[in-house]
Amino acid sequence: MNKPIGSDNDRRWLDEPRNVDRVVHTLYAICAVTVLLDFVVQRHETLDFAHWFGFYAWYGFVACTGLVLAAKLLRVFVKRPEDYYERARRSRGERMKTER
Amino acid sequence: MTAWIHNPALILIGAGLVLPLLPRAVRAVLLIGAPLAAAAWLWSMPDSLTLSATLFGYELTPFRLDALSFVFALLFLLAMGLIGVFMMRTASRTESAASLIYSGSAVGAVLAGDLATLFIYWEITAIASALVIFANGPDSYRAGFRYLMIQITSGLMLFVGALIHFRETGSLGFELFGLDAAGGWWLFLGFGIKAAFPIGHIWVKDAYPSASASGTVVLSAFGTKMAIYALARGFAGTDLMIPIGTVMAAFPVFFAVIENDLRRVLAYSTINQLGFMVVGIGVGTELALNGAVAHAFVHVFFKGLLFMTMGAVLLRAGTCKGSELGGLYKSMPWTTALCIIGAASISAFPLFSGFVSKSLIMSDVAYQGHVFIWLVLLFAAAGVFHHSGIKIPYFAFFAHDAGIRCKEAPAEMMTAMVIAAVVCVGVGIFPQPLYSILPYPVDYVPYTASHVLSQTQLLIFSALAFTVLMRTGIYPPELRSTNLDVDWFFRRAIPDLAAASERVLVTLRGHLDRAFGVCARMLASRALRERMIHSRPTGAMAWWMGLLFAILLIFGIRQG
Repeated sequence: MNKPIGSDNDRRWLDEPRNVDRVVHTLYAICAVTVLLDFVVQRHETLDFAHWFGFYAWYGFVACTGLVLAAKLLRVFVKRPEDYYERARRSRGERMKTER
Repeated sequence: MTAWIHNPALILIGAGLVLPLLPRAVRAVLLIGAPLAAAAWLWSMPDSLTLSATLFGYELTPFRLDALSFVFALLFLLAMGLIGVFMMRTASRTESAASLIYSGSAVGAVLAGDLATLFIYWEITAIASALVIFANGPDSYRAGFRYLMIQITSGLMLFVGALIHFRETGSLGFELFGLDAAGGWWLFLGFGIKAAFPIGHIWVKDAYPSASASGTVVLSAFGTKMAIYALARGFAGTDLMIPIGTVMAAFPVFFAVIENDLRRVLAYSTINQLGFMVVGIGVGTELALNGAVAHAFVHVFFKGLLFMTMGAVLLRAGTCKGSELGGLYKSMPWTTALCIIGAASISAFPLFSGFVSKSLIMSDVAYQGHVFIWLVLLFAAAGVFHHSGIKIPYFAFFAHDAGIRCKEAPAEMMTAMVIAAVVCVGVGIFPQPLYSILPYPVDYVPYTASHVLSQTQLLIFSALAFTVLMRTGIYPPELRSTNLDVDWFFRRAIPDLAAASERVLVTLRGHLDRAFGVCARMLASRALRERMIHSRPTGAMAWWMGLLFAILLIFGIRQG
């Protein structure tokens, strides 16, 4: 079932780095448009500060960047090998056996 | 007598009980037919109907249909019909039967008008859902036992709460309690464990990825939403739920970003979504409660859809780990597209179902002036797009091509996923039918230019952050790993401590042996020692359960 990767008939539009760039540039353009729409659309907000120009845009960007950086930091503390719990269980079992 | 048998739940439970005896083709019919027949029956009932019965001299209400219980019962029945389509080809007899019984007892629980009936159905859901996990084979047994222990604990707390409440008030009616009611805290925490309150949440991330491709979809649909119903019924407007829900919405997002098992990422995102519902119930206004119920409704479908797509990936590619996947869009283009629809729905993109439900909650949190809560929820809303909306489809279907070439999902699974996707988009574009079955009248317009723009800005800039971090190489790669969570205490610290104390005891016994000879041998007989050493984990499990039960009973008796 497994065909070799990268063979000619297997390459798709997204495999071309140039096309990935196109997708990304489109995203940049959409970002710009949504922020510029803030000039046109009168936003109705319950909370005052949400009226700031591009509030949701920068909040979304800052929140997600902060999220990823915090998660990277979290990994330092919580990351363990995949079989962490199994290993602990085995070693407990073996200790019991040897001591008997 | 009618009060006991007049209940759509019994169709599902009955179907589940006979299902194992039937041939495959009939099983498939039953999996879809039973929930749909029950849904039709429910639909034909009057808007409000309460049936009481007397048992051993106690007045019970085994059946109560009103606006709130109707939505949840209908939701569970429709969801089971949909999941029936998804699982009919791949699920084992045990899993199919357990799923029907599980969904049926969840329907019974939301239609229960008294705490005794609720407790009975609550415990059936615990056992049936554990069977759904066990049906996945020996690798799932340990996770299944851990799951069962927590579910039974939740049931015991409900039991103690009900007893205390009955002793103080003489009533078993399941009404709005609040924390000050007799036994209120017991009931609150019993429901809370099942609703994945912090610390109670560990079972969600532990159990969901342990079930089969279809079993996870089953697990995700009923249990937590049943608890959301119970909280909405018993504790609407309990302020404490606002901070609890906010924590639930925020913290799983961090774990989801670094989690490798994509079904576990979805489990974390389930906790995040439940957080929004819990906040809505805590705020407790009509708008917020409507929001919580609406969000529970759409969540079953979009999360079901996401778990289905990951189930299809697990079935075809053999793994759900982000580190092993990538490039699957070439082999599974339809599943990819459907996953993106689920992702857009959970992220609350305009025109998708999450948008029309989550905004009810967000708007009301702002109306009530909870500024800090609102900001955290907005962060969580951006975060959910980040991990469920982008990470899931990106690492499974795009990213670097892992070279896996497999078949597209089987037709039955595809059918179920397409139906779920149609519901997600349909509700997103035409929210009115959903709004019309909510418990309170809805006077809310989700589609204003202002709201569409603000939500789009939030999401598109979250996507921008992902893109920038990915292209600059800052984004943490998917790694084969286990991430410690609160479960470390239960799976590592306590067992280690138990093993250590066991060793101390055994050593002590050796000394005693020498010192007191026969006398000591009688005190700590060999049989006892053998049992202690050999019977783990089941022996230890029974021991812990016994201890827990004893503590609960002592507390219950003292309070009563």
